[in-house]
Amino acid sequence: MSQLDYLAPASAEDAAKALAAGGDTARPLSGGTDLLVQLRAGRLKPGLIVDLKKIPGAIGIREEAGGFVIGAATSGAALGEHAPLVRAWPGVVEATNLIGSTQIQGRASMAGNICNASPAADSVPALVAARATCVVVGPTGRRTVPVEEIPVGPGRTSLAPGEFVLEIRLPPRGFHAADAYLRSIPRTEMDIAVVGVAVNLTLGVDGVITDARIALGAVGPTVIVAREAAAVLVGTRAEDDVLARLDEAARAVCRPISDKRGTAEFRTKITGVLARRVATIAYARAKERI
Amino acid sequence: MTDVLDRPEAGDTLRVVGTRPARPDGVDKVTGRATYGADFTMAGQLVGKILRSPHAHARIVSIDTRKARALPGVKAIVIGTDFPDQASEELAGGEGASNIRDIALNCLARDKVLYQGHAVAAVAATSSSIADAALALIDVKYEVLPHVTDVEAAMAPDAPLLDETRFTTGLETKPDKPSNIASRMQLKRGDLADGFASADVIVEGRYITPAVHQGYIEPHACVASFGADGQCQVWASSQGQFMIRAYCAKILNIEASDIRVTPAEIGGGFGGKTTVYIEPVALALSKQAGAPVKIVMTRDEVFRATGPTSGAVIEVKLGAKSDGTIVAADVVLKYQAGAFPGSPVGAGAMTALACYNIPNFLITGYDVVNNTPKVAAYRAPGAPISAFGVESAVDELAEKLGMDPIALRLKNAVHDGDKAAYGPTFKNIGYVETLEAIANHPHYKAPLGPNQGRGLAVGFWFNVGGESTAAVNIVEDGSAVVISGNPDIGGSRASMAMMAAEVLGLPVEHVRPIVADTASIGFSMLTGGSRTTFATGMAVTQAAQKVVEDLKRRAAEIWDVAVDKVEWVNGSAVCLDAAKAKPDLTLAAIAGQSAKTGGPIGATIALNAQGAGPGFGVHLCDVEVDPETGHVSVVRYTAAQDVGKAIHPSYVEGQVQGGAVQGIGWALNEEYVFDGKGAMENPGFLDYRMPVASDLPMIDAVLVEVANPRHPFGAKGVGEVPIVPPLAAVGNAVSRAIGVRMHDLPLSPPRVRAAIDAG
Ligand SMILES: Cc1cc2nc3c(=O)[nH]c(=O)nc-3n(C[C@H](O)[C@H](O)[C@H](O)COP(=O)(O)OP(=O)(O)OC[C@H]3O[C@@H](n4cnc5c(N)ncnc54)[C@H](O)[C@@H]3O)c2cc1C
Repeated sequence: MSQLDYLAPASAEDAAKALAAGGDTARPLSGGTDLLVQLRAGRLKPGLIVDLKKIPGAIGIREEAGGFVIGAATSGAALGEHAPLVRAWPGVVEATNLIGSTQIQGRASMAGNICNASPAADSVPALVAARATCVVVGPTGRRTVPVEEIPVGPGRTSLAPGEFVLEIRLPPRGFHAADAYLRSIPRTEMDIAVVGVAVNLTLGVDGVITDARIALGAVGPTVIVAREAAAVLVGTRAEDDVLARLDEAARAVCRPISDKRGTAEFRTKITGVLARRVATIAYARAKERI
Repeated sequence: MTDVLDRPEAGDTLRVVGTRPARPDGVDKVTGRATYGADFTMAGQLVGKILRSPHAHARIVSIDTRKARALPGVKAIVIGTDFPDQASEELAGGEGASNIRDIALNCLARDKVLYQGHAVAAVAATSSSIADAALALIDVKYEVLPHVTDVEAAMAPDAPLLDETRFTTGLETKPDKPSNIASRMQLKRGDLADGFASADVIVEGRYITPAVHQGYIEPHACVASFGADGQCQVWASSQGQFMIRAYCAKILNIEASDIRVTPAEIGGGFGGKTTVYIEPVALALSKQAGAPVKIVMTRDEVFRATGPTSGAVIEVKLGAKSDGTIVAADVVLKYQAGAFPGSPVGAGAMTALACYNIPNFLITGYDVVNNTPKVAAYRAPGAPISAFGVESAVDELAEKLGMDPIALRLKNAVHDGDKAAYGPTFKNIGYVETLEAIANHPHYKAPLGPNQGRGLAVGFWFNVGGESTAAVNIVEDGSAVVISGNPDIGGSRASMAMMAAEVLGLPVEHVRPIVADTASIGFSMLTGGSRTTFATGMAVTQAAQKVVEDLKRRAAEIWDVAVDKVEWVNGSAVCLDAAKAKPDLTLAAIAGQSAKTGGPIGATIALNAQGAGPGFGVHLCDVEVDPETGHVSVVRYTAAQDVGKAIHPSYVEGQVQGGAVQGIGWALNEEYVFDGKGAMENPGFLDYRMPVASDLPMIDAVLVEVANPRHPFGAKGVGEVPIVPPLAAVGNAVSRAIGVRMHDLPLSPPRVRAAIDAG
């Protein structure tokens, strides 16, 4: 019968070594809310599980150089309880807090959400809109990678054997800036996004949008950065006619599939709807900060 | 045994019945201590697992188990031909008759697999991973056949046939070609053409409901032990230990008294646990292995190979006078049965127009086999489906006539003395009272907000009685044990204890209700048909009354007075003989000296309860539709139901709320989704979307009590009625909110948005 080993190294270097030695069948473990479920369902048959939670800094949030450094295995619940983070990045936190239920929130991490590489992952569009980066540790050292470059397709990442995410970094927050995230699901919770949209805005003192970044989830194999849609917002106050153009521009970049969770046509329509709604929320939040 | 009991005398006040004590099974359940099917273990027990068909329809060419048998740790392997050959035989046991041959073939296929997930072989091994490895080593050669999952496609003359020897029954002339239509049935009254000719308004619609699963939280699980002397034991979660015994005895050709089935705590059944899937297989494995075998299904197996209820097409045409009098109804019901005949189309047809007095109608039902799992009973089997069509059509009629939906239903309502569309004459029904309860409820007049709509629908269920046995034994300290044979799926232990406590005059805390195994109490029909509180409750009450008669006799003996000079008041014997003036004798005092008055005190009653009162429900639903996303929120829901008499009002309300919630799920997001090869695409709770708590408002349950004089306390069955109206109540609310009549369930966001876009 097959064998499954478990290690919980106390340093990032040991973890990278163990993962590299484990080769193809080694898997990092953060909260386990994807990994253990896939293991039990027989979809994944790892030979080695490397638990990252014992690595110093793997769990925790610290402020650094005006930004935030979040340990890879930090739970959604911990993010939600961190007031400065919630204030700076309400969209990132609300997206992560949408994952699962209270029980899941006690375990689920953003790094796991990114590295599970589901096109529908909730925190990923918000992190991408926020221009978050990952500190990746591997047998040969460390590198910093934008979040959108980690997932490369459903269930696939750009991480090399032995590599794992140690930290997620959110950049320093400018003035009059805010983000927001909404997803569309048939129910109200315990569901998977049919569409997810994140918008991150910075305003001038006059309330005019000076910077916008929009990321779309579940409408392509990986998160789509909607640059044209973001450009529609810049230089405006997100007025109704602007939102109508935003709706159109967001729909234009969707590449959804039709499946049991929704038709491509439906997903495209909803992307436009959510883009408008999320931009409105992010704008209102940012405006309050002027 | 007589089946009718005297009602408590007028003026009697009930002390226990109608109150809300904590349920006797509650603490174990909320602390995780209750023993469900999968919790039972035996020393030396093996793990049983089942190999299932990857194809929706295929001939089994060969099954080679040699490699699997050779794997160390594999102790037994069984396939369909290891079961004795079965003649086709209808067995009453489940909710409706079942064919024992089909049940056996569903437990393990023989010549053909008829749906993806159909069991083909089973192994017992010393560990779960060895069992998995053994399944992978079983080599099954299939000849894949064309399949059909859609009901109307299955009815087509050129459809792939599941059984080339099946000819439609119930037609005027015997057909000359085989068909997937197993049977056709009709109910009629008056003259349909005349009826429609006299109508001022006609509505016509075609409605579709998908196959949906009962969705019980607990997967099927059992442990079976086949003794070397042929005596067997089974521990299993089900709605009827006697049902398991009967089916296992037939399928394995064992004398039924050699099988002892102990019911585990049950984590939901809703009709889906009224048949066997794994118990005969576990017994056969255990026999071969010489050790106990435990089988626990995965959720995936539960979805692919148990339940669901029928997907269906419902065609409804109604004709009415301009004053709202419905003069004609033509209803066609096409129900999928899955792999073997036996959809609930009969009950769907009988209940379809049961709330209405219509002079001319024709109801035609088709029972259609197709390549999906064999359907199982699901709460009021068949009725929610036909009600969705009929109640949607009645709502459309109300809109067309510009009539209030309750006024329209009152105008056509059945009353006591009316002949029901399905035959019998109604007695002691509370339908009009239930309609009025909603008409007078503040909800009915509450204003609606933007994008909101209000839907009303009614529903009917027969409720049944039937055979039950119960015993009441008095313990030496004056407490009591109530023994019955019905698994408690909805609070029935509480009701049994309360009815016994009422009669005995004991506080309910001193009455311990238990559900016994098949060797420890006489036969009871399974828990289904909303029968337990009515029928088994009748047996419990009669047993308690017999005990009271005995206690009075014993008191008379102790006091040396005539029996008719003893009265039983609040748990004590009271001496009415003025000459003897004795202090009252408590139950404990009599029990403490039982040896002197004839030995242990107890009574068993076995009866066949007749006269179950049919139930009516009226549901009112407010929804809010997000016009841009198509998302439907149920914002207010009120469900009124005639319950006869609520023995324990909280658990009756719980039944009404639970039924409404399951119906809301059916209406909004639940559905079996099949891919092009006939494989289920959503066999888990992520993509098979039952409602979660945050999807729902508080369901306001309004209990209407029009007593059933045939039950000692007036009870009617309550568990099934509440799932009948919600599909249409939600559908009507959405249709009114968006101004487009919705014909197809589920009303998921993509479908609602598409309807809005199409106008
Ligand atoms: C009931 C339930 C509901 C859910 N609901 C949602 C939802 O609403 N939205 C949503 O997006 N997801 C949902 N999920 C999925 C899951 O909870 C999330 O993806 C979660 O963020 C995963 O985090 P984790 O820490 O548990 O990851 P894990 O399970 O520990 O890991 C996930 C994957 O990433 C890899 N991995 C983990 N950490 C690292 C690392 N630091 N570096 C490299 N690779 C790593 C693992 O090897 C594994 O392949 C749900 C899951 C469940 C069970």
